[in-house]
Amino acid sequence: MDLFAQQLVNGLTLGSIYCLVALGLTLIYGIMEVPNFAHGHLYMVGAYVTFFAMTLYGLNYWLSALLAGVVLAVLGVLMERIVFHPLRHAPASNKFIAAVGAMMFLEALARVLWGSDFRSIPVIYDKVFTIGTLRITEQRLIVIIAAIFLMIALNLFLKKTIIGSSIEAMAQNRDGASLVGINVNNVAMLTFAIASILAAGAAALAGPIFLVFPSMGALIIMKAFVIIVIGGMGSIPGAVLGGYVLGITEAMGASYISTDYKDVVAFLVLILILTIKPTGIFAKGVR
Amino acid sequence: MAGQKKWFKGSTLLVVLFLLAALALPQFVSRYYIQVIAMSFIFAIAVYGLNLMEGYLGLLSLAQAGFFGIGAYMSGLLTLKIHVSFWLALPITALLTAVLAVLIGFISFRTRGHYFVILTLCIGVIINLVIEKWESLTGGVRGLIGIPKPSPLGPLTFNTLESQYYLVLAFLILTVFVMQRVVNSLVGRTFVSIRNSEELAATLGINVMANKLLAFAIAAFFTGMAGALYAGFIRFIGPDVSNPNLTFEFLLYLLIGGQATIAGPIVGTLVASGLTEGLQFFQEYRMVIFGALLMIMVKFFPWGIVGFSKMLWSKYQKHFMKKASEGTATMSTAKGGEI
Repeated sequence: MDLFAQQLVNGLTLGSIYCLVALGLTLIYGIMEVPNFAHGHLYMVGAYVTFFAMTLYGLNYWLSALLAGVVLAVLGVLMERIVFHPLRHAPASNKFIAAVGAMMFLEALARVLWGSDFRSIPVIYDKVFTIGTLRITEQRLIVIIAAIFLMIALNLFLKKTIIGSSIEAMAQNRDGASLVGINVNNVAMLTFAIASILAAGAAALAGPIFLVFPSMGALIIMKAFVIIVIGGMGSIPGAVLGGYVLGITEAMGASYISTDYKDVVAFLVLILILTIKPTGIFAKGVR
Repeated sequence: MAGQKKWFKGSTLLVVLFLLAALALPQFVSRYYIQVIAMSFIFAIAVYGLNLMEGYLGLLSLAQAGFFGIGAYMSGLLTLKIHVSFWLALPITALLTAVLAVLIGFISFRTRGHYFVILTLCIGVIINLVIEKWESLTGGVRGLIGIPKPSPLGPLTFNTLESQYYLVLAFLILTVFVMQRVVNSLVGRTFVSIRNSEELAATLGINVMANKLLAFAIAAFFTGMAGALYAGFIRFIGPDVSNPNLTFEFLLYLLIGGQATIAGPIVGTLVASGLTEGLQFFQEYRMVIFGALLMIMVKFFPWGIVGFSKMLWSKYQKHFMKKASEGTATMSTAKGGEI
């Protein structure tokens, strides 16, 4: 039972990170039908920005995270303009290929600029809380709470502000949205900016727990894809639910099945789900 | 018709020239370049598999490096651990990879669009992870060391680099020949009809699922074969041979060369290897450049070098023929044009 509770906390931490990355991915997919394969690499850049802001410029942890958010928002908009906007009428596989190109580019650039070494964002919040036999580090608690905070903020933004609801409108019906005067280009850029900020947030939160290296985005992006397929591509609640489910499943799988194969679990779950229901759970109608 | 005949002659001439160059090559270049070119031939064989899927069938399968890795490991294990002859291991490997592809196809072809791409990618990742973690069989991250050279075939031995180069070349020619036959057959046209519209193809009475499975099996057969050749040629393999990044490299080669063309994979692989060698000084920047190249190609030259030159050629021909006689406007349009 102790192990179970401990793994539940670990799973929630992992799940929080997954949620934030998957939310960005699903937002972009919902608006533009782009499976942004480079999204995980935006996450990687976010981690590096946080790392350098803290170690080189001695910025406070939260300020560094904020800076990462700003830098990533700009990078996200640039990516939309340079890579995906020109391909908006291209076939699906071309968008995917362009995203793969962007991914290769970012990873190689990170390698050239910052080297392949593993780095770690300094841990500031290193207290350990003990509840019975359960041990939670302060950083993990921050991850869980901050992720929930970010998700609530996103939800409020989408539901309560006019700009936010223009994103929702476009996700629901692209043509309808442009008919009522929503600027498709602006919404696309805005979506990329928000998704990138979420990735930066995830990276800044995960940085002190996990390691920072150029290909850190490769595995998380695939898991984010698994999540949004499980949760229905383009669905926001689906991404949140899927993120936590996957995080907890992986943590449990690692302790009860095998540490070696813990990464396989996510992909097996996906194959199983798509075998039973080829359009994913929660998909809106048949594609 | 006259134009079609002329184009045919032109391409035959190119094929003959390429063959002569490939046969004579070991006499003129250093051992290092023989090795590099033999490697690109092996990769080109794998890229032909991807070409059949993405180019002709219109389904982007990202499990290709998984098949390549399975081919390499299966052949490596058969020859190293059970001491099976390379000439037996190679067909077994290729066939089993094809069988596996059919099994995977049963699951993956139920999905469509982005779901298919993501699912195949996940299958590729699983294959990669299993190869890396199944230490008792695959040696884990250490990989397989000391895979034997291809055993002699009658009077032919494969102990020298040159003979191995010719071996690889022979398999490349075989692959191109088979692909050429497949693509220009009724089956190949069926694939293209599925690419153009699955619903229409099904309405015409085409068994879409069976054709997809067939294409996937053929693609995996050659990709697995390429893996087996790789194991026999390099004689050391690690889990990296099944890394999804390798799939992305195949994709890059295919896009540079030109998808849905017969010459595309080999042109793309050779050009990309040439670029890599040319960029030796910027070894670190290689993927930065290739990543940017991929984004540019997909926007401006989605049909690659071969597609682009075919388009130029047909334009030139049209121009030329118009001058010759205004009547014969029904020219052979390049493959790139009809897509």
